[in-house]
Amino acid sequence: MPDLRVNGQAHRLDPPGLRSLAEILREDLGLTGTKIGCGEGHCGACTVLLDGEPVLSCITLAATVDEREVTTIEGLRDHPLVDSFVRADALQCGFCTPGQIVSASALVADSPEPTRDAIRHRMAGNLCRCGTYPKIEEAILSWRG
Amino acid sequence: MRHLPEDRGGDSLLARLIRTEKEVEGRYTEQWVVVEEDDLEQWPAGPRDTVGRPAERVTGLARARGEARYTADVQLPGMLHTAVLRSPHASARVRRIDLAPALAAPGVRAALGPDDSDSLTGEPGYPGAAVAAVAADSFAQASAALELVDVEWDVLEPLLDPDEAVRRGSLIDETTHYERGDLEQGLAEADAVVEAEYRTQTVLHNALETHQTVCEWEGGRLTVYASTQWIWGIRDRLAAHFDLPADWVRVVCRYMGGGFGAKTEPGDHGFLAAELAQATGRPVRCALTRREENQATGNRHATIQRLVAGARSDGTLTALGGDYVMAVGWEGWKSSTAGPMQMLYACPNVRTDEAGAKINTGPNDAFRAPGFVEGTFGLECILDELAAKLDLDPLELRRRNHADSDLVDGRPFSSKNLLECYRRADAHWARRDEVRARSKGAWKRGVGLASQIWYGGGGPPSYAWVRMGADGRAHVITGHQDIGTGTSTALAQIAAEELGLPFDRVEISFGDSDRGPYATYSAGSSTTPSMGPAVRAAAADAARQVIEIAAQRYQVEERVLRLENGNVLSADGGSWPLEEVTGLLEDGQILGKGSRGPNPAGMRILTFGIQVAEVAVDVETGEVRVDRVAAIHDVGRVINPLGASSQVEGGIIQGLGHTLSEQRLLDPVSGAVLTQSLDAYKLPTIADVPEIVTELLDIPDPHLTSLGAKGLGEPPIVPTAAAIANAIRDATGANVRSLPITREEMLRALKEARERERPLAGQAR
Repeated sequence: MPDLRVNGQAHRLDPPGLRSLAEILREDLGLTGTKIGCGEGHCGACTVLLDGEPVLSCITLAATVDEREVTTIEGLRDHPLVDSFVRADALQCGFCTPGQIVSASALVADSPEPTRDAIRHRMAGNLCRCGTYPKIEEAILSWRG
Repeated sequence: MRHLPEDRGGDSLLARLIRTEKEVEGRYTEQWVVVEEDDLEQWPAGPRDTVGRPAERVTGLARARGEARYTADVQLPGMLHTAVLRSPHASARVRRIDLAPALAAPGVRAALGPDDSDSLTGEPGYPGAAVAAVAADSFAQASAALELVDVEWDVLEPLLDPDEAVRRGSLIDETTHYERGDLEQGLAEADAVVEAEYRTQTVLHNALETHQTVCEWEGGRLTVYASTQWIWGIRDRLAAHFDLPADWVRVVCRYMGGGFGAKTEPGDHGFLAAELAQATGRPVRCALTRREENQATGNRHATIQRLVAGARSDGTLTALGGDYVMAVGWEGWKSSTAGPMQMLYACPNVRTDEAGAKINTGPNDAFRAPGFVEGTFGLECILDELAAKLDLDPLELRRRNHADSDLVDGRPFSSKNLLECYRRADAHWARRDEVRARSKGAWKRGVGLASQIWYGGGGPPSYAWVRMGADGRAHVITGHQDIGTGTSTALAQIAAEELGLPFDRVEISFGDSDRGPYATYSAGSSTTPSMGPAVRAAAADAARQVIEIAAQRYQVEERVLRLENGNVLSADGGSWPLEEVTGLLEDGQILGKGSRGPNPAGMRILTFGIQVAEVAVDVETGEVRVDRVAAIHDVGRVINPLGASSQVEGGIIQGLGHTLSEQRLLDPVSGAVLTQSLDAYKLPTIADVPEIVTELLDIPDPHLTSLGAKGLGEPPIVPTAAAIANAIRDATGANVRSLPITREEMLRALKEARERERPLAGQAR
């Protein structure tokens, strides 16, 4: 197993076998900001970036990550989206929020001034049962403060 | 205005021990409560320095940065993981079960079968009922071991049809009958009568954090980390189960990933985690998978509503009747689906019967305004069908039948501003012509509305402490839990307001039964109206002590001093920074304590509102899109307008799922749940969300507590389905009568409407 590179740091791991990236992040590295809502790739709470692209870490085998850089919410704590989510009240229970912010970070990296339609398209894979969607839309629209 | 002796039922002495009524999700009980209430005058209506102004939620940063540790994130040294064997059958008997192969599997530390725990059964009555449990070093090992448990089943034929269950007398409890006036006479007096059957589906809570608990024993005492809406309820239930003093059980829930009603009990998983931890001497986690969650953790039960409504030609209601069948499940309780019919309108003749069908499906549990969401769909739809028949304006029909006092038990309302909600709805309702005119081709557009009634007054007991140190900052200490509704933020605002402190100088601790006084559950729209007055009283107690100290220090009378914006101000113009006064304490502390007083005697405390929905319907494909929902609610004083708007939006979006997409589907033969994943069970996404306009009246209830604030968690979901269905009728003339409004249901209703408009066409051929 090559080192797993997470948020700019290399981690030497035991052979991960068939364990998912989400399990490795949460259980072995203690990076519990990545949540598991369904464990089968349907809710988006476990979203992390692989070389900047959002992926569902609960259905990504850790062994397939290879050389790619993993970015979790812990690596995005100073991202302006964190403040804009809090400012806009774009979270209630907050369980889906790290995944929402990780997805949104990829969106604003691609398109710094996203339209409402683009937000609705790109964020549709991140479920929020509390229904904070209108505020998420506002938070992403105003992410630069 | 509020007058405590009168509101206590004429008792001029503020009693320490009183008998008071407590309402839980519409069910009333009487109980003794020891109170020590501050006789605080309500603040004037409108925004104050902190209360009534938008505040960012106090836990926001920790949650957004992924630092918040939920129950799902609790990892204790040596912790074991549990996998639960759940019945694959809706109705069965375990003929033989052998746990030995599982116990011999790698990593397994303990296994329990039906004879070992009250939470396990050898006669499962629904698919997903817990039968056996295995604790192992990892969840993967526990799951693998479960495969080795050898079970022989006698599979029985399940009873799945609620109407058939009623016919066979398979009921969860006695049928509930309610009657006022004479329904038959009311129908005879009516100029128009509508009879219709409405159906609502079973929906699943699907909080993103599944039900889970971690238990650890220490010196005979139990520590419980639980994803729960009520740490004190868990404490009491587990203490009773293990025959322990209540405070030997400590329950912690600092961050919580959503509940919506289904997390007020320990649950099978909670008892199993505690029992397995006791058996192994290790900390044990029992966390449900998403698929278990959707079989075995409660639901909003389906309903069948056979309704009749009659009115005179001027719209005056003369008769409302309902036969309700609730598909409760194998266990659980029937929610008050007839409540809106009994309570919402001033109809003299009302008769309802509610039967709870005991069938081989997962038990129901409270789900955001249980019963009233379902009952409002039926009632508010039949009211619009009646309006159409009488050619009356639906909003006018509702105005005409406004109830000035509660007709169920003759009590006055503590406050009711529904007519003001209606007045504000006019502007949204007036968009109707313009919206309809935008119909184009197959896409028909229309506007609909529905009224809301629900509880939300809260009640005692609930307590709070406020501590202040030398630095002039305040710390609110409570034993409540914030499940994401933002109550901790509202409580901190209330303390800041009373102490005259900037919001950023107030901290709040909560979610630990060892580190704060008793608090109510986060359910029933009751947390803010229950906890808020306790926090205000505690802050007032602390403020009084600050003023006493300042009066002595500066040689002024206490009565001329007040706290404002972090200063002690005197009437003659003197001003001292608060920390100058509290600085005298050095390591000393000021401790204020407060409690929630009783509710006003003899009054009905309810929340009200109306929602106006705009929809577009493709009459060729049956696709329904909701474009806009305006929500106007009367919930008393609003503490945090920002958090309140989030609650309204969240309620409407959950209501949107309930209306259009969500449905627990069962295999009609076996009773197996087919919608176990979040792929199969259709929650709303960000792409489905309409424009939502929130208007809260923000009129304090003059009789209710020192705040005049009611709860807001549930009201917004109550009228959404009916408002959407009524907008669909406005757009297309079709009467949708079954939730969810799938394309099949929409096309069925359109076909029925076409046949209704051409009644002679068939005969002519």
